Amino acid sequence: MTPITALADLKKGHEALTCDRITVGLATCGISAGADRTLAAFQAANLPLIIENVGCLGNCYAEPIVTVRQDGSTAIYGHVTEDKVQKILDAIKTKTICKELFLGRTLEEIDFYKIQKRLLLANCGKINPLDIDQYVATGGYDGLAKALRKKPQEIIEDVLASGLRGRGGAGFPTGQKWRLIAVKTGKKILVCNGDEGDPGAFMNRTVMESDPFKLIEGMTIAAYAIGSDEGIIYTRAEYPLAVKTLRSAITIAESHNLLGKNILGIEGFNFNLRIVMGAGAFVCGEETALMNSVMGLRGQPHYKPPYPADKGIYGYPTNINNVSTLSFVPLIMSMGAKEFAKIGSEKSKGTAVLCLTGKINRTGVIEVPMGTPLREIIFGIAGGPPQGTTFKAVQCGGPAGGCVSEKYLDLPVDYESLLSIGAMMGSGGLVVLNSDSCMVDVAKFFMSFTRSESCGKCTPCREGTTRIWEILDKITKGLGTPKDIETLKSLSQYVKENSLCGLGQAAPNPILTTLAQFADEYRVHIEQKECPSHSCRNLVHYRINEKCTGCGNCARHCPVHCIAGRLKEKHVIDQSVCVRCGACYENCAFDAIDKG
Amino acid sequence: MPADVNDLKLVESILKKYSRKEDTVAALQELQQTFGYLERGHLELLAKQLSLPLVHITGVATFYTQFKFTPKGTYHISICRGTACHVKNSETLLKHVERKLNIKAGEITTDKKISLECVNCIGACAKAPAMMINEKVYGNLDEKKIDMIIHSLE
Amino acid sequence: MASPEHPQKVKITLNDEIVWCDPNAYIIDIARNNNIYIPHFCYHERLERTANCRLCVVEIEIGGKKRIMTSCNLKPQEGMIVNTHTPKVLEARRVNIELLLANHDLNCPTCAKNLHCKLQRYSGELIVKETPFTGKRRNVPVDESSPSIRRDNNKCILCGRCIKMCGDVQTVNAIQQQFRGFETLVSCAFNEGLGESSCVNCGQCVIACPTGALTERSDIPHVIDALNDPHKIVIAQTAPSIRATLGECFGMNPGTNVTGKMVAALKKLGFEKVFDTDLAADITIVEEASEFIKRLNANENLPMITTCCPAWIKFGEQFFYDELSHMSTCRSPQAIMASLIKTYYAEKADLDPQRIVLVDIMPCTAKKFEILRPEFAGEADYVLTTVELGKLIKEMNIDFEHLEPARFDNPLGESTGAGAIFGHTGGVMEAALRTVADWLENKNFKHIDYQAIRGMETLKEATVHIDGMEINLAVVHTLGEARKLMEQIRSGTCKYHFIEIMACYGGCIGGGGQPAPTERFDEVLKKRVQALITEDLHKEIRKSHKNPAVNKLYDEYLGDIGGERAHKLLHTSYQRREFK
Repeated sequence: MTPITALADLKKGHEALTCDRITVGLATCGISAGADRTLAAFQAANLPLIIENVGCLGNCYAEPIVTVRQDGSTAIYGHVTEDKVQKILDAIKTKTICKELFLGRTLEEIDFYKIQKRLLLANCGKINPLDIDQYVATGGYDGLAKALRKKPQEIIEDVLASGLRGRGGAGFPTGQKWRLIAVKTGKKILVCNGDEGDPGAFMNRTVMESDPFKLIEGMTIAAYAIGSDEGIIYTRAEYPLAVKTLRSAITIAESHNLLGKNILGIEGFNFNLRIVMGAGAFVCGEETALMNSVMGLRGQPHYKPPYPADKGIYGYPTNINNVSTLSFVPLIMSMGAKEFAKIGSEKSKGTAVLCLTGKINRTGVIEVPMGTPLREIIFGIAGGPPQGTTFKAVQCGGPAGGCVSEKYLDLPVDYESLLSIGAMMGSGGLVVLNSDSCMVDVAKFFMSFTRSESCGKCTPCREGTTRIWEILDKITKGLGTPKDIETLKSLSQYVKENSLCGLGQAAPNPILTTLAQFADEYRVHIEQKECPSHSCRNLVHYRINEKCTGCGNCARHCPVHCIAGRLKEKHVIDQSVCVRCGACYENCAFDAIDKG
Repeated sequence: MPADVNDLKLVESILKKYSRKEDTVAALQELQQTFGYLERGHLELLAKQLSLPLVHITGVATFYTQFKFTPKGTYHISICRGTACHVKNSETLLKHVERKLNIKAGEITTDKKISLECVNCIGACAKAPAMMINEKVYGNLDEKKIDMIIHSLE
Repeated sequence: MASPEHPQKVKITLNDEIVWCDPNAYIIDIARNNNIYIPHFCYHERLERTANCRLCVVEIEIGGKKRIMTSCNLKPQEGMIVNTHTPKVLEARRVNIELLLANHDLNCPTCAKNLHCKLQRYSGELIVKETPFTGKRRNVPVDESSPSIRRDNNKCILCGRCIKMCGDVQTVNAIQQQFRGFETLVSCAFNEGLGESSCVNCGQCVIACPTGALTERSDIPHVIDALNDPHKIVIAQTAPSIRATLGECFGMNPGTNVTGKMVAALKKLGFEKVFDTDLAADITIVEEASEFIKRLNANENLPMITTCCPAWIKFGEQFFYDELSHMSTCRSPQAIMASLIKTYYAEKADLDPQRIVLVDIMPCTAKKFEILRPEFAGEADYVLTTVELGKLIKEMNIDFEHLEPARFDNPLGESTGAGAIFGHTGGVMEAALRTVADWLENKNFKHIDYQAIRGMETLKEATVHIDGMEINLAVVHTLGEARKLMEQIRSGTCKYHFIEIMACYGGCIGGGGQPAPTERFDEVLKKRVQALITEDLHKEIRKSHKNPAVNKLYDEYLGDIGGERAHKLLHTSYQRREFK
């Protein structure tokens, strides 16, 4: 057994975590809410406290988020924009709590976190992502240390025993995947698929930005287990902060002999890690397309077999795992496969990292045990749809997934359950739709996405997605005919069964699930030329009612000048000219414009 | 061919870092990062550098949406058209910005200051609707907020 | 499990019949061998299987589970049940065609590929009534910048065969997919014309294209104008391979030799004289053999490479401009005949060369480019491909099948078996060897069938012992194979003395202007080759230097072989060529 000496030197970070300090969440979502200015404001205040940036706690709805640890007790604050920093500074000075912005003492006190089980996300928003000491202080690299005491084969057995399945969507058992490549000889390549292209999914970004060492550690263990010396993290150019963070983290890991040659002094254990940036192609999340992209080609998929494990990048056996999948590996090593397998449902082990967005009160990235019912997530964690509206559906798994209506809300979140109703786990994006959302429009939106992301290689996807989109577009414009429904169904089924890769095969899912669960909405669009949720622009009419004071504000905002009326008299919209942009509706201060 | 001698030197200094076919995307990214868009002459030099047919380079460059063949403005606004943003009316916001700047997505203002495009999900779903200006993300937008942000662009 | 009668085979059920098959074969080919034709676009025997058109789907049942799968990339498994035309399969193919038709320029009757288009054919076979899809349709300008090939992307179904042909087989890489999704286009860099690209005009893409997206650029209207011009004397020359392929345009079996009917048809069309390019081929050999012997004796500029193929010449000028000294300076038979008609024949027949309109009937789209080379200005006027000649004959309502055979005209109509075999890969080399051997040893050899350089392998090597010398030969076809050889020359590792290069697979019988075999590509090509070999065998004279017409020509007009006049009329030069 080789002594793991280098790690011992890293443990000093613990102090940094327990000492008094102020942390500001500075991941992409935080920055978009102004957290960078918040941090600057704290720094300018010359406090005798350590001020540090951390990653994302996941409660994006409350960004910017600041945690103050003072005299050993913690307070978590939300919505701390630059202008509110002073309030917190005042509280620090008086050693009190700023009630206005206070979320809770600990995460467990906050509703958003109550039923969560944070394993993968445990460090996110708590440690400085690029401080390796802090990472080690929270148990980081414990997994690698344990793994390196085992034989590669034993690690694979552990991963198998843990029941870990691919978090990228298909849910293939990770241990089995590793087993297939481990038996190959010669050069092998390990790829982390961080091409998180699903709209509504950003858990990979969260991990890469907030806890990059976890991913790097996971990849190092995987490399050791399958016998690879070359690793690639393929991620999106649209994630500049994640790329920057990972680059720095890789350099730091290298300088600590945690990457590179003879890692941790183990003779012959070499693993070099580099980043390859995608350039804007959703299809590159598909593994054969990803490999083409890595090789500098058009990111078009190739049929399987050959599978990447047989013939991958430059013909070398290649193993591709998702960011979350790889990041779970250190946890499995460290807590033990048995403990991990205790979490979750029968066939889906561990936790599910999900992103909550759309028409709900609390958005963000969450982690719950597999098998948690959707209802608990949407109404418990996310707080349900905004006041005055009702829940309509949740789109699971992005453009490849399907819509799940109220009827199925008690369904547990796991691979099999979601598949059973035509939806899928996908990468774990949950987009909640409420009574304001039109399901035909949502279906059309997804089709417009897959259509623009179709690589163009195979006929069904290239031509079919465009035709499906065109039919949906017609319907949302009030030009649909009853026959369109049949055409939609048969064409969707055709594209699903005949496309070359997963993108095309899954592209019709949103259409098929909405057609099955919301047939009425389609029918109303076609037969009555109306949009029940008033969201299809061409089917919405704006009319000025009796509340109009004749202020003229609507007329001034109308881009096509189709609102007329004398000052202080009721105005009228010329329906033949109106482009239904809604500017009048948005700008009326008297609730005098009806939308319907 | 690039008109500017300094440009040419810069291109050369970039290109010499790349030598293999697999570098195509990375080289294109650096060229675009440096010049804001991909210029024909630069691509011809890249083809020579990588010993690849030019048609391969353009085939790759036109495949990925990141690559642009017309210059970007000093400020490049990317309106997110991801799902979460869509259900929060990003289309209306887009129309608003288009009206305000008097350009369509994919175009640039006459003074070359601001260019506009639609992008797929930028991952700021929880802050929907969102947009990026250059690399900075702005979230929870509404028309007023966008107006303020655009006005603040120097 | 493999049974004793069928070792190493697997058993599948193909449309209710038990079939034992090679586990490494593909279902589409297994079906074909069992007389089931599965429609397809992207699949081509000689190209990489990409399974992107999704037309060749079949229904598969393994372990009780039914699935729709493409048959071109599917290997059989023990116990697999394959059904090639269940209602579900037919419906899937129908929707596929409907989707393609919805994005296709449907001016079929006026399309160059009318009645030869696979999309049209399958649409008929699958009884597609109308496409239920309306909406956006590709609408891009037609590319007519190339003298050889017309590119109409509005008829492209993106099967990708042209790209594989141009890139993988020919390594020319003139075209590639650009953009993506519904906007995907097969095009040159920056959407520019083929005429400005690295395209060498070989037309292999035209042969590969299942629709009217890639066709020869037609010269038929010009030829008709010339034929109707009373002030012009219109003369035709026909390349060696045309007689072995033209019959296919009229439904005849591949490999039918139609020399006599071809000449008769040309006469009926109004051509005043019909000369045989085979004779010019004999002259090429005489000049080339003499050039080779000179180089061999001086040990200079070896290996020498044949230059009958204009696509290969452009390829060399573009990509191997530093190695042009290896190329024979001999003109192609086409260019030799053209110069002789406008000089020797004009003089002999007392005609003003300006009045002569020379129409070359060629297997080749690149010949349309070759006649535009400034060195050849004023010689040949138009090139019609085999396919174009077939169309012209039909347009003029000639009943080709029942024509009485006619003979080539003199003085440029007499040829040898050596000239005949120019039309297939290895033929030029074989013809040259017959002359080189006779000359070097000053004998009249009887065994002149060089089997080692026959056949369809893209690289054929042989070593011959002549006059105490060991001469290493290589015969290659397809430009990808040529590129490998040229890289060897460039790196100084080439062991050959004499090389034949033809751009098209199979040589001219597989040229870009030939009728495209709809299936069993290799078989069709082999039959065409056989037609030429048979012609050679039946010729009284089978060596170029024994052609009395050739010898008469040198005596009367050209002077010495390789002499001054011969050089002026029969040789040419090459230069570096830039491309976009």
